[in-house]
Amino acid sequence: MYEVRIHSRGGQGGVTAARLIALAAFRDGKHATATPFYGAERRGAPIVAFARIDENPIRIYSQVRSPDLVVVLDRTLVPIVDVLKGLKPRGAVLVNSGHAVSLDHMKVHRVDLTGIALDENLVIAGEPVLDTPVLGAIARLGVVSLESATKAIAELFQDPRNVSAAERAYREVVL
Amino acid sequence: MKEIVTANYAIAEAVKQAVPGVIAAYPITPQTEIVERIAQYVARGELACDYIPVESEHSAMAACIGASAAGVRTFTATSSQGLLYMHEMLHWAAGARLPVVMANVNRAVGPPWNVWADHTDALSQRDTGWLQVYVATAQEAYDTTLMAFRIAEDKEVLLPVMVNLDGFLLSHTMQDLETVEPGSFIPPLHLPHAIDPAHPAAYAPLTGPKDYYRFRWEMEKSMRAARRVITRVEKDFAGRFGRRYGVTEEYRCEDADILVVAMGTLAREAEVAVDRLRAEGTRAGVMRLRWFRPFPTLDLTGREVVVIDRDYSFGFGGVLARSLCSAARIEPFSVIAGLGGQEVTYEDIASFVRERRPGEEYWFGVKGDV
Repeated sequence: MYEVRIHSRGGQGGVTAARLIALAAFRDGKHATATPFYGAERRGAPIVAFARIDENPIRIYSQVRSPDLVVVLDRTLVPIVDVLKGLKPRGAVLVNSGHAVSLDHMKVHRVDLTGIALDENLVIAGEPVLDTPVLGAIARLGVVSLESATKAIAELFQDPRNVSAAERAYREVVL
Repeated sequence: MKEIVTANYAIAEAVKQAVPGVIAAYPITPQTEIVERIAQYVARGELACDYIPVESEHSAMAACIGASAAGVRTFTATSSQGLLYMHEMLHWAAGARLPVVMANVNRAVGPPWNVWADHTDALSQRDTGWLQVYVATAQEAYDTTLMAFRIAEDKEVLLPVMVNLDGFLLSHTMQDLETVEPGSFIPPLHLPHAIDPAHPAAYAPLTGPKDYYRFRWEMEKSMRAARRVITRVEKDFAGRFGRRYGVTEEYRCEDADILVVAMGTLAREAEVAVDRLRAEGTRAGVMRLRWFRPFPTLDLTGREVVVIDRDYSFGFGGVLARSLCSAARIEPFSVIAGLGGQEVTYEDIASFVRERRPGEEYWFGVKGDV
């Protein structure tokens, strides 16, 4: 089973990103679940969401405790949340950042999702959209196929800039 | 068609296909997505029904009761405090023999305020005369909702049905769903005692001590008949659509010495715990109870039983554990876990089995003597 934990702030689309991962994995022909962890949080508060992908039906409902991939949509969370908690020994980390991120001497993949969203004018209520472009970067890591990622995005969002932003993130992620 | 949706959406989809004539709705977390989605179907013209946005849950059930009494198929959804606010009307729907179908997204009862999964909301309504079923996947939520209309409206039953699903853990989790074309699986509702202006009659008149008990006995007869009807409908569903359900869902139970009994998502996660325990040489199995009312006849003789309750009856014990004590004459290890969304993993469930103490009660997370 492949498990993903997404760290974001309320309103940044962490929950939607988890749903997109599950939908894309489903389009790849796999079983997948996406679960938000809803706390009493409000917009701006740190939140987590989970996605699981497997060849077989998934019977686990509890939170992901040892993720294969940690996604951080907001790098200001790094000093305040233990984003690496429980990460599998060969697990991967993907951070939304325009420049190199040092995390406990870990190899960190980065992609400037905020920059891409602003560039593509993919902004809702003054906030750059991160949940659709991040799926492109996740596809680059091999978690889901790019084809299914773009299909999943197009299924949920009509604005074609979501797909083009994801394709850019796919190309621009620094591995 | 195959898609991936939350269980809330799965239920809305099933309701759309069952085409109720009246849906009364009042939002409450974590149920809101169900009535929101249904409102969308109605607004887009995909579902032709009277959608009544009422001012409270009490009114939601009252509206369903009124429409159902006129012989119309009805649906509503609620959670927790909303369900409790309906309490009087729940008795009314059952006593008036109205086949209302309702989804209850199980959520803790406050105070302290808590929006997460807990079965005490529904279990505290167990004596209202409603059938109660607990599901564990989006697919099962969808399939069971379709079956609920058929079961409630069966002339041998004519009692309301409550479909229960764990708040957030299931209601907001995306899983795969295969929808069907129910077609003749849900025939039109024919309520024999529907209000008919052409033939005026009195409904629910004062009933004296000489007659009241007979109405109650009729309800109980229908509850007993519901056991047969449930099995018949589940069999018909399997025949038409290929997915098989039972009063209980059993996992690796055949040769099991120890059974974990629970309802909802905890029982499904327990399957992973059982796989671990089996790998250690412990012959364990999971019996997931789907139907809580009518309560099934279970043969648990010769097995040790670990019951997990995501609920509690104060001054007595876990509702499921205590029900099994009396219905199946067993002395289980009673674990109280998952209250108000308390995190319970398959590792935790495996440890409940490893450290079982038959006849005792254990509150997960509570330190010291309990």
